Amino acid sequence: MPPSLRRVMPQVVTLLAVCGLVTVFFPGFLEIHMSDGRLVGPVIDILKRSAPVALLATGMTLVIATRGIDLSVGTVMAICGAVAAWAIAGGMGLGAAVALALGAGLLAGLWNGTLVAVIGIQPIVATLILMTAGRGIAQLITEGRILTFTHPGFAWFGSGTLFGIPVPAVIWIVTGILVAQLMRRTALGLLVEAIGINRRASALAGVNALVLLIAVYMASGLCAALAGIITTADIRGADANNAGLWLELDAILAVVIGGNSLLGGRFSVAASLLGALIIQTIDTGILLAGFPSEYNLVIKAGLVVIILVLQSPRIATEWYFWRRSVTEGPPPVSRAKEEAR
Amino acid sequence: MLLTIRSLTKTFPGTVALDDVKFDLAAGEVHALLGENGAGKSTLIKCLTGAYRPDAGEITLDGRRIAPRSTGEAQELGIGTVYQEVNLLPNLTVAQNLCFGREPRRFGMVSSRGTKAMAEEMLEGYGLDIDVSRDLGTYSVAIQQIVAIARAVALSGKVLILDEPTASLDAREVEMLFDVVRGLRDKGLGIVFVSHFLDQVFDLSDRVTVLRNGNHVVTEDIAALNRVRLIEHMLGHALEHEVEDHTTPHDGTAPEREAMLHFTDMGKRGVIESFDLDIRKGEVVGLAGLLGSGRTESAELLFGLRGATSGTARDQSGPLKLDSPRAAIGAGFGFAPEDRKTDGIVADLSVRENIALALQARRGWARAIPKAEQAKLADMYIRRLDIRTSDAEKAVGDLSGGNQQKVVLARWLAMNPRFLILDEPTRGIDVGAHAEILRLIHELTAEGMSLLVISSELDELIAVSDRVIVVRDRRHVAELTGADVSTETIVRAIAQHGEPRDGEAA
Repeated sequence: MPPSLRRVMPQVVTLLAVCGLVTVFFPGFLEIHMSDGRLVGPVIDILKRSAPVALLATGMTLVIATRGIDLSVGTVMAICGAVAAWAIAGGMGLGAAVALALGAGLLAGLWNGTLVAVIGIQPIVATLILMTAGRGIAQLITEGRILTFTHPGFAWFGSGTLFGIPVPAVIWIVTGILVAQLMRRTALGLLVEAIGINRRASALAGVNALVLLIAVYMASGLCAALAGIITTADIRGADANNAGLWLELDAILAVVIGGNSLLGGRFSVAASLLGALIIQTIDTGILLAGFPSEYNLVIKAGLVVIILVLQSPRIATEWYFWRRSVTEGPPPVSRAKEEAR
Repeated sequence: MLLTIRSLTKTFPGTVALDDVKFDLAAGEVHALLGENGAGKSTLIKCLTGAYRPDAGEITLDGRRIAPRSTGEAQELGIGTVYQEVNLLPNLTVAQNLCFGREPRRFGMVSSRGTKAMAEEMLEGYGLDIDVSRDLGTYSVAIQQIVAIARAVALSGKVLILDEPTASLDAREVEMLFDVVRGLRDKGLGIVFVSHFLDQVFDLSDRVTVLRNGNHVVTEDIAALNRVRLIEHMLGHALEHEVEDHTTPHDGTAPEREAMLHFTDMGKRGVIESFDLDIRKGEVVGLAGLLGSGRTESAELLFGLRGATSGTARDQSGPLKLDSPRAAIGAGFGFAPEDRKTDGIVADLSVRENIALALQARRGWARAIPKAEQAKLADMYIRRLDIRTSDAEKAVGDLSGGNQQKVVLARWLAMNPRFLILDEPTRGIDVGAHAEILRLIHELTAEGMSLLVISSELDELIAVSDRVIVVRDRRHVAELTGADVSTETIVRAIAQHGEPRDGEAA
């Protein structure tokens, strides 16, 4: 098994297990069929709905790899969605609206990155500023209303299909592949990991930690902008108060389920994306399985705890020793104990 | 004797920190405890304060055997300690700090008036005129130190250990602190004084004990010692002891060659006084000096790690900009830092990635070094430097100290710098690796690389250097070349004191 595949195995197994569990409660879960030239089915729905968290998790993975965290991504989604809706409602073209929204995301990332890298504020505090203040900015752009629009071209980002697949799914999968390839085909991945593990030693070796740090926060902002565009296009309106609300936490959870350490260093974008899929599968699965909606959060929390416990290094070690003792007989220690008895 | 220590031994996995050490402290004396880093001073103190349990040996206080198991127990027995970093709470008032843990109570509540009165009583005789109800943090470090001493004396009252109390004080504050210490000595306390500043040791102490590599070297009255003798004891070289290696300097022509790099008037206010330095091609320049003398700071200045407030650097082709490590690396410099764990290795990355890191950073992110090429590079240096690792993919953090050091060296050798700075390249590594690194230095200069080597080990410095610059009190005080390079001359230069130009500067 190649190392990159071995790295994501726990997440793949978890995802398959969750899918299996949902299928037990809802036998039609894995059914997919064509209707009006588009694929339909619960799995396709999950691929589409995981778009915001998957996009946020992609950027968040890079930020966390540098030993940082970006709490502002949910808010940045709202800002970028508001910018896009404002541009569309104001009669600007599709290209201009998308460009402005992406620009807003990059600008938000530049702000966060400057606070963290140049001024040296702790990432959790630095991004908390934009997390809280940003909703206000988004409200200023929408003037406190839910800014609606009708623009079939822009709505395509939220509800259109490409080769039968929902556009949001295409966007996150393509973004994920591009980012992962960019990290591993160039030296960016190595340099990001290096500054996450030991920023001082990396800087002494000539790594431009300052620019790299700002760049990962800008990447996170860009991913949040894409997520904001999708959400806004999907509901054909910008809701400054609720767009992306608490999604930063789901994104962090996706990164953690993906086995990436919050202490920075080694990362895998693919594993984080699988983490986002696991979260969305749980969300959708609970609804499909027909549990009363008041159980949703509790069941989700329970499943997440089980997943994290199974993935914890301690359990992994225990499991390793247990397996070894089964294949090679009891370890010498216990034999010695028996003799003592 | 107030306190006696006999055949104290403490081992840690892989090292003997204290080996059969003895120490005596009389009531009413200041006894200085000296030694270079790793000599065992702090281990000894930690055994006294209960932070460590000794493996063997006995400690007696007032004729009774003691074995403190915690700092609290040591305090109750009568041993109080004041550290370099004030161990009090700056956000509480002076009075609260002084009475912390034994506040006077009134109806079961802490009485602030009682606390204040108690604090004022405790500070009596220390010559401090301060408001005890103000926050401790609003006062200077010197006053905080004295408050810490007052607290330690009030809690313990027999033995006072001062662990580098003056490291962050200026001359006037040191004098203030010393007056307090002398007052306590005259009251009959036994005081253990740890300091790197020899002037202060001579100023304050009655007796001196020197430790080296965990062994007791000597205990003598301060009056019977001079600076040269003391430094000899600390560094472990008798002056008559000649170093064989140096009789054949590895390249006699180096000092005559044309200078490759000129540093003029390099300095940073409050860190290191400005100095001039010329580096010739294929030359090894040694930087000697005691810890904290400004050796590392000089190197960091040259590598752009600290912004210099004055000075220029140039080579044959023109001026060099050295305002960041990246700029210095661009100019063909390399720097293997003293603290390899925090400044050198990237622990979770593999040996291969660590070796390729600087090279990759210089090439830029867009042009990744192919993995096969990285592996080839890593394998080459693993062979050449004899790095002991199962393979190149092992995380560097899992290697031993000496091998980590070699990985950092390999990182710079892969860059092929023209000027490489090695700060304590052999610290904390075993004898075998030690010799290999010295051999490597010879090889590199033969290839034309210039080196600046910083080391506390004079033997080693003399063996590798064509020229030695001596640093003392944050300035470059002497430059020794050729036959002048010997332990004797270096120790003299380090010890030199009271010469006219020093007097003016001080």
